[in-house]
Amino acid sequence: MTVTTPAVRADAVGKVFPTKTGEVTALTDVQLDVAPGEFVSLIGPSGCGKSTLLRLIADLDAPTSGTLEIFGKPAAKARHDQDYGIAFQQAGLLPWRTVGENIGLPLEIHGKDKRQRADRVAELAELVGLTDFVDSHPDQLSGGMQQRVAIARSLAEQPRLLLMDEPFGALDEMTREYLQSELTRIAAETHAAVVFVTHSIPEAVFLSDRVVVMSPRPGRITEIVDVGLPDERDEQLREAPEYYDGVTAVREALHGTTTARPNER
Amino acid sequence: MRGAKGLGWGILGVLSLILLWEGYKLVGPAEGVVVGDDGSAGSGTILLPRTHERAMPHVWDMAARLFESTSGGDSPPLIVSVANAALLTLGIAALGLVIGVTVGMALGLVMQRWRLAEWGLLPWIIVSQTVPLIAFAPVINSIGNQIDRGGTPWPQWLSVAVIASYLAFFPVAVGALRGLESPDRIHLDLMKSYAAGYRTTLLKLRLPASVPHLLPALRLGAANAVLGVVVAEVSIGMRGGLGRMLIQLAGQASGDPAAPWGPIFGSVVLGLIAAGSIAVLGVGLKKYRRGEASA
Amino acid sequence: MSAPAVARTLPSWARWVAPIGTGVIGLALWVLYVDVLQAAPLMLPSPIAIGEELVLRWDIIWEDMLITASNALIGLAAGSLIAVMFAAIAATFRPVDGMLAPIVAALAVIPIVAITPILNTMFGASSQFGRQAVAGLTAFIPVFVNVLRGLHQTTPVHRDLFRSIGATGEQTFRKLTFPTALPYLTTGLRIASSLAVISALVAEYCGGPADGIGTAIASYAKSGHAALAWAYVVGGILIGLAFFLVTAALEWWATRRAPA
Repeated sequence: MTVTTPAVRADAVGKVFPTKTGEVTALTDVQLDVAPGEFVSLIGPSGCGKSTLLRLIADLDAPTSGTLEIFGKPAAKARHDQDYGIAFQQAGLLPWRTVGENIGLPLEIHGKDKRQRADRVAELAELVGLTDFVDSHPDQLSGGMQQRVAIARSLAEQPRLLLMDEPFGALDEMTREYLQSELTRIAAETHAAVVFVTHSIPEAVFLSDRVVVMSPRPGRITEIVDVGLPDERDEQLREAPEYYDGVTAVREALHGTTTARPNER
Repeated sequence: MRGAKGLGWGILGVLSLILLWEGYKLVGPAEGVVVGDDGSAGSGTILLPRTHERAMPHVWDMAARLFESTSGGDSPPLIVSVANAALLTLGIAALGLVIGVTVGMALGLVMQRWRLAEWGLLPWIIVSQTVPLIAFAPVINSIGNQIDRGGTPWPQWLSVAVIASYLAFFPVAVGALRGLESPDRIHLDLMKSYAAGYRTTLLKLRLPASVPHLLPALRLGAANAVLGVVVAEVSIGMRGGLGRMLIQLAGQASGDPAAPWGPIFGSVVLGLIAAGSIAVLGVGLKKYRRGEASA
Repeated sequence: MSAPAVARTLPSWARWVAPIGTGVIGLALWVLYVDVLQAAPLMLPSPIAIGEELVLRWDIIWEDMLITASNALIGLAAGSLIAVMFAAIAATFRPVDGMLAPIVAALAVIPIVAITPILNTMFGASSQFGRQAVAGLTAFIPVFVNVLRGLHQTTPVHRDLFRSIGATGEQTFRKLTFPTALPYLTTGLRIASSLAVISALVAEYCGGPADGIGTAIASYAKSGHAALAWAYVVGGILIGLAFFLVTAALEWWATRRAPA
């Protein structure tokens, strides 16, 4: 046991889904600790259970075996205490609400008064660079801007843990790289631990302290790669040799697990 | 802009209908086109309608008739009588719509909340619409009369409103169920991640998301309520409304062929008012309809 | 790969048992209210009495059912045919679309049955034509709306594909436009079938020949023959169900074989 409680501690976590044709093991024997403030990516081919693991951490589904603790509490308690913020591949903004109202949604649901809400929304809008758009509606924004709103919303309750399920998966490469840089800045500013699901190797390496490599049938962790890049991540890093070393390391770890069907999606 | 253009097309469409009517009246045979006629009266199958004045009055006669006295003597102009009758019909239809929307929303909420309730009720709700349960109208009226004689006051218009509500509830129930279930998985996950309960999810997510589904349902419900009232008035013989007036004037049509067109125009206007008021409601709820396909 | 919704797991047989259970409970309550408690108003007879009347008078009920059903069927067939023609014209010529759209929208919200008495004078009171015309007019609307939507439903990628392989207009219609629109047609038919039955029946309230289910219900209800009136209602329900089941089966068949 370390002195600080880990942000996420998964101990022998497994998940089995019942289906018409029998049971499907989505995850088996997952062992993972995420330290406070640490950035961890989950990477692997489709069906490796990375999204399932994220949903278990978020208590959107319950594990069928093992224990899962968020900041030392059961996942359900952590959800009720709003210890984490979450963002998905789709921004998932409510179309009838303005950008500001979308960012403030969690605050509104948890009964924060109007003044507090307005202040926090202004702060968050500035953090993601959308101050001029608080009164716009989601359908007036580009995909990248919508995703920034979703990130601001996930930060509304000042969570110590951020869960992100391929948040940049649907964006073009330029926007993607821009938002990656933004995210590292935001994560550093907020000191939040991040669990980030992706299937882009460069993205995982650029963002993470550690990359968790997973493989399917049954979904499991096969290797954890320590990226070992400096805390400061900027555009120069994308051309640095140690970055390529990281990419190579993750790629080799991945290919060791997916030789059977390399290009499967 | 789009509205004005639509209106222009609509006027053009109505004009072509009038042209068709008058054109056929001009060239069509007085006794219509009948096939299989063996010479005796009323035999054969009539294919095209009769064109003489009693069957097809001129459009301008219909219009002029609106401003003549309803039934001779001191009676007010037809248009005033029609307006009065339409007002009564509209009032009952509104009551029927309110009852129908209340029942429909309640059913929608219950079916959304409990899957078992959906399975148990939805097939019956759908079947109830595929069968002509408006056939119940005379029966419901008789039951109402009996309750009234039993001491509990049950005016006839209440029976009419109940029948109208029966026609109005269905689209609302189905629309509400569909609307309440329309939020994406991701939105539901989001609400769950906020530890939001059923009530909060309903108010912040399900109800606003159901608006685009509810509006067409309400428009259909309102139109059905008007239809239900007109039909119920006819079938149970309630006085004062448009339905009864229509039957009465149609009965005298051989002497006064343009007169029944008054209440027909009245019911057309009524249907448009019912649908129009829902459209106005839709404008009020504009912000919940973002992303809705502009059809 | 997303997880199935496991929050509300019910055994699959509940799908069938639940509606049947609802029906049985409803019927039981009805019998309890009418036969056991004897509390019901006279016009609400017991389902048993209704069943007896239905069996006893099946011959005359069947005759009236045939009249109403054939009116509905003729209306449905004619209305749908005209609707498909109009939809095809509207899909090809935009001005026609613009002219028809507001009229159809208005038709959809006005009580069409109201014109039955007029039609009866136009075609003669002994003719069933008024009823058939009303059924046809009501059936027209959903078929027109759905077919028109279906004809607009081909995706750009499919159209581009057909252009790129040099398909003629007729080939494109036969192999692309028609198959795409077919499920929409059957959906429109399913909706129209119920409406046609209801309006054919309701039109009978507005005069015309003294036969048909609607006429019988109205006259027996007025004269206090409650069970017989209800037996006729059951006859109407049977017509409606028959129309619904046939068109729903048609729709099921068309959507199953539709291109995804």
